[in-house]
Amino acid sequence: MAFFQAQRDAQIQLMDAAARVRGRSLWKDAAERFARNKAAMTGVVALSIIAIMSIIGPMISPHTLEDLAWDAIGLPPTFENSHWFGTDDTGRDMWVLTWYGARVSLTIGVMTTVIALSIGVAYGATAGYLGGRIDNAMMRFVDVIYALPLLFFIIILVTIFGRNIFLVFVAIGCVEWLTMARIVRGQTLSVKRKEYIEAALAAGVKTPTIVKRHVIPNVIGPVIVYVTLLVPTNILVESYLSFLGLGVQEPLTSWGVLISRGANALETAPWLLLIPATCLAITMFCFNFIGDGLRDALDPKDR
Amino acid sequence: MLSYALKRLGIAAPTLFIVVSLSFFLMHMAPGGPFDADANLEPQVIENLKAAYDLDKPLVEQYIIYVGKVFEGDFGPSIIYQDRSVSQLIATGLPVSLRVGLSAIFIAALIGITLGITAALNQNKTTDYAVMAAAMTGIAVPSFVLAPLMTLIFGVILQMLPIATLEPSGSFARNFPALAPMTPYILPVIALAIPQIAVISRLTRGAMIEVLRQNYIRTARAKGLAEKRVVWRHALQAGLLPVVSYLGPAIAGIVTGAVVVESIFQLPGMGRFFIQGAINRDYPLVLGIVIIFASAIIIMNLLVDLLYGLLDPKVKLDA
Repeated sequence: MAFFQAQRDAQIQLMDAAARVRGRSLWKDAAERFARNKAAMTGVVALSIIAIMSIIGPMISPHTLEDLAWDAIGLPPTFENSHWFGTDDTGRDMWVLTWYGARVSLTIGVMTTVIALSIGVAYGATAGYLGGRIDNAMMRFVDVIYALPLLFFIIILVTIFGRNIFLVFVAIGCVEWLTMARIVRGQTLSVKRKEYIEAALAAGVKTPTIVKRHVIPNVIGPVIVYVTLLVPTNILVESYLSFLGLGVQEPLTSWGVLISRGANALETAPWLLLIPATCLAITMFCFNFIGDGLRDALDPKDR
Repeated sequence: MLSYALKRLGIAAPTLFIVVSLSFFLMHMAPGGPFDADANLEPQVIENLKAAYDLDKPLVEQYIIYVGKVFEGDFGPSIIYQDRSVSQLIATGLPVSLRVGLSAIFIAALIGITLGITAALNQNKTTDYAVMAAAMTGIAVPSFVLAPLMTLIFGVILQMLPIATLEPSGSFARNFPALAPMTPYILPVIALAIPQIAVISRLTRGAMIEVLRQNYIRTARAKGLAEKRVVWRHALQAGLLPVVSYLGPAIAGIVTGAVVVESIFQLPGMGRFFIQGAINRDYPLVLGIVIIFASAIIIMNLLVDLLYGLLDPKVKLDA
């Protein structure tokens, strides 16, 4: 009996020791890895600066979106008259235009991604969870529309239903959910069959707890990574539409609109193209660096 | 392999049908029509015009007429380009687009794969970082920024290449007369290929690094094979699989990118007809181009799938 007593004491001691050591959650690990990634952290900082400037940028300038400076048409970037980014061919201040454009472009990037995320997660999770024939049919449908030139459908949509900014949101969001659905379905399928789910079920853990503690944390990693890559894709799609004159309409502006106008005046006023194009490129860089950083941080393969 | 090919073909045919139907109903669902812009036409004239293009019939009937004609290879008359049928317009636009698109995809695959392998073999060295930085730049700078910049530098400032014309001109054509007919296509092809080069080189690098870590590569090295043979014979086949499966989306990307690039370089290709047609509600023209583009994408996807089947031994087992 003394032997069992001793063993039990040892066990209690071990458990006490375990309770005193603070557990390192996987999320905390991932966050630490992400914070060590210099490119990704630079991306976060630069992107925050752009986001903040898109809000306060137009307020700093003495000029407004409606101001037409007739005495300063096509002015290169200068500190005079505080036209820091110069003016365009109608005398509008490029600083104000660029940051207003940032507002619209970033909003569109985020909103369309939210739409794509909601549709993609709902569709993919349903297909993956139900499995079998329904899954087969649902994913076959995705395969079929995946092969279509989807941008053409966006163009047809916005040309025939009028060039409305909300339509642009919905059109892009409704088209870009396909990959998300595939990722979520694949993750759901693989997680559903994992031994730890079986173990949790056998141990009598309730379904909501399994979903919260085991399914979501294991499904969400690739989704987060894809979201950070989808935002810049959608910003590009909007710029592409605006470049063709089919996206955001005046007086609203976006980086695509500014780049399109700048491309036409490139020989005489290169800054009209270069400033919005640089902002767009920096934003692309940031999102891609953050996406890569998140992938490295969340991907269990490289741990 | 044959059953696999048939299976893919079985997906391709209904896909094309869905494309035709979806674009037809999308275009006709919206209020308004192609003759709205001419506000000073007599109502009777508009009625007659609509009758001439079958637009007065119920939508389902129009659809059946249209699909029947498409099966015969007749895309109907264009509405904005008068006296020209859509087939004629496609016949003028398609060769231009094909030349640009196919060259771009070929160059993108060639350069992208080469760069990717180079980076993978020099992992975490200067070459690797340089290639990856270039690739990141290629992804971050969209073609509609690149194209005007290239036009300015090579067309206007250096006078090397022709811009906005299919006539050869510029110093490059004078110095290399043999290559002169190619010169109008050089800038559009580069503008289209660069974003794809960027993606393909990143994909190749990632896949090659992954493959080079595998046990069978270690075995190949251990049995004393030359490094060249290990890379080209053993690693490349598996390393190229993700690239091959990316070729489908890459083709779609080039087709859609062509719309912008053709507009910027004012090439008389399908992309420009598409934009003009969409803005002016030229139903037959837009539908015809969508059908052609979708068929091109679907056929290329089919070829890509077959290539994948040849490269990946696992596919044969599944089929």
